[in-house]
Amino acid sequence: MVEPIIQIRGVTKIYHVGVEVINALRGVELTVPEGEMVAIMGASGSGKSTLMNTLGCLDRPTAGTYHLGGREVSNLDAAALAQVRNEEIGFVFQSFELLARLTALQNVELPLLYSRGKSWGWARERRRMAEEALDRVGLSDRMDHRPNQLSGGQKQRVAIARAIVTNPRILMADEPTGNLDSVTTEEILSLFSKIHTAGQTVLMVTHENEVAAHCQRVVRLRDGLVLSDTPSSEDPTVGPFVRAHGRAA
Amino acid sequence: MLNPLFYYESVVLALRQIWANKMRSILTALGIIVGVASTTAVIAALTGLKTKVLSEFETFGAARLYVLPSRPEGMPRNLFPWEKIRLKATEAIALKEQCTALKGITPISETSLSVQSEAETLEGVSVTGIWPAWHATENRQVIHGRPFSQQDIDNARQVCMVNDLAVRDLQLPLEPIGEHLIIGGRRFLIVGVVETITERMTGFNTISAEVFIPFSLMEKFQDRDFFMRFVAIANSPAEADEARSEMSRVLRKIRGLSSGDPDTFRVQAIDQFIDQFKSVASGITAVAGGIVGISLLVGGIGIMNIMLVSVSERTREIGLRKAVGATPTAILLQFLLEAVTLCLAGGLVGVLIGQAFAIGVSHIPGANLDQAGVPAWAVLLAFLFSAGVGVVFGMFPAIKASRLDPIEALRHE
Repeated sequence: MVEPIIQIRGVTKIYHVGVEVINALRGVELTVPEGEMVAIMGASGSGKSTLMNTLGCLDRPTAGTYHLGGREVSNLDAAALAQVRNEEIGFVFQSFELLARLTALQNVELPLLYSRGKSWGWARERRRMAEEALDRVGLSDRMDHRPNQLSGGQKQRVAIARAIVTNPRILMADEPTGNLDSVTTEEILSLFSKIHTAGQTVLMVTHENEVAAHCQRVVRLRDGLVLSDTPSSEDPTVGPFVRAHGRAA
Repeated sequence: MLNPLFYYESVVLALRQIWANKMRSILTALGIIVGVASTTAVIAALTGLKTKVLSEFETFGAARLYVLPSRPEGMPRNLFPWEKIRLKATEAIALKEQCTALKGITPISETSLSVQSEAETLEGVSVTGIWPAWHATENRQVIHGRPFSQQDIDNARQVCMVNDLAVRDLQLPLEPIGEHLIIGGRRFLIVGVVETITERMTGFNTISAEVFIPFSLMEKFQDRDFFMRFVAIANSPAEADEARSEMSRVLRKIRGLSSGDPDTFRVQAIDQFIDQFKSVASGITAVAGGIVGISLLVGGIGIMNIMLVSVSERTREIGLRKAVGATPTAILLQFLLEAVTLCLAGGLVGVLIGQAFAIGVSHIPGANLDQAGVPAWAVLLAFLFSAGVGVVFGMFPAIKASRLDPIEALRHE
């Protein structure tokens, strides 16, 4: 059996907000093999954001284990987690999070600035990698534009290029189409599908069935626990969209 | 190990940040700019003054020695009455004959007398008794006629020299050689005119009419135990020390002082004045240093304030950078470099303003600051201090930025 990219066992997360104790995750089990495209769904407060942050190494679980590409990462310190994020994970956010002062190309180069001990440290190599990533998202002609000169869809393409520029093991997207109109949403989702088809593992948090329909698998959370974990075509609400669009492999 | 390009890009980013917030940056760096500029200017002026004074000393003063009567400290007055410690012309003669390291020596005594020419009578004119060596010790030359000869001194001839201000004030002919003056009721023949030196830092500036007479005639106008000093000049500045000890030895012998007795006179070389000047100059430098310390403290607090604002304004950016892999150290360095860059930019502007000041004061006529300039060490020090302020006062905001939680930071509005 091939080693899964993500394997979490009994993950819990407890927050203390003042005197209140919030059990955001209560023992989540999840395994994602390489090359899958998974939608994580759930109502607000279900724990999907917390799960996403944990899987993205932005946060450590209170208890449980997390193996990322076979390596235990749940007990790493802040600096080591930063390195894991840099090398293994690419993030796409709902509100793009591009730096306004930098050009599209410079935004894409940003993760490479923080990578260490790699040949892509050199300016020319970094530029080449960033150009290649922008080419993959179809923005070769907008490299020197600043974010305020780009449309919402173009901004999200730059953000996707920034996420894939380091060839991460996992591409994580948190409501990536939440700020986009339906036409642009469709474009961005096709882009994700295209990247996924090229072999990229993708995790996507969404509450929209149309978006989840682009994924192979749907994991639903409720009250900090996995409610259901099915192929998207078998999910009661996502399934009809899958069949309607004839998507998902 | 961080990518070396990271440092470069952090500095570029910092410069871009400074440029994007020009007004804010200027106001923030103002404390540093003012501190560095004022200190640089003070140091430049002092350095100029020092160079000027020392070169004055060098050119004519380094070989100069002064002999003054001096009552030993802490000794009862009655043991050392004035007639025992006062200098006498015979002592000057002995020094002249016995000190091989001396090029020349002159006793000097001053008084004021009424001086009368054919056209004018002036009261209270400065009359100085000298020997021919005076021209060498004071570096003032005869511009018309001749200096005193040894015969003038030995035979107490009633001859005199005047400066050109005396020529003007006494309404003498422009070349007054051969004219007569009535000085203190005695008739003197004018044999020479001495140059008037108005622009000199050391010694006494000549600002009024002066008359010079052979020293041997001075006793006619003075009390019995009148005050005189000796001014001598050594063969070369290198022999000044030797000349000093030689003179001391000769004088002690004449005065019959045995080895345990204290000196009843003082032989002073110009280097003591130089030391005095240097200690004053370093005192001023220390005060300037204190001023810069205070203004850098104020400037540093400004820097800290603006860096805290910057960290809170850019919380989302910090969150994003952390999400894509910036370690706490990388964020710390980024903000620290930004603070240091801001301070160095302020330091640079300060040094430039200070330099402009230095050039400005060097053109003030008569201020003796024409040598003013910012020395390299001061520029280096200014930058070191500026960078230090950046590190010290940028540290707290940078640590704050580095400790931000990436999730919280990305949620920040």
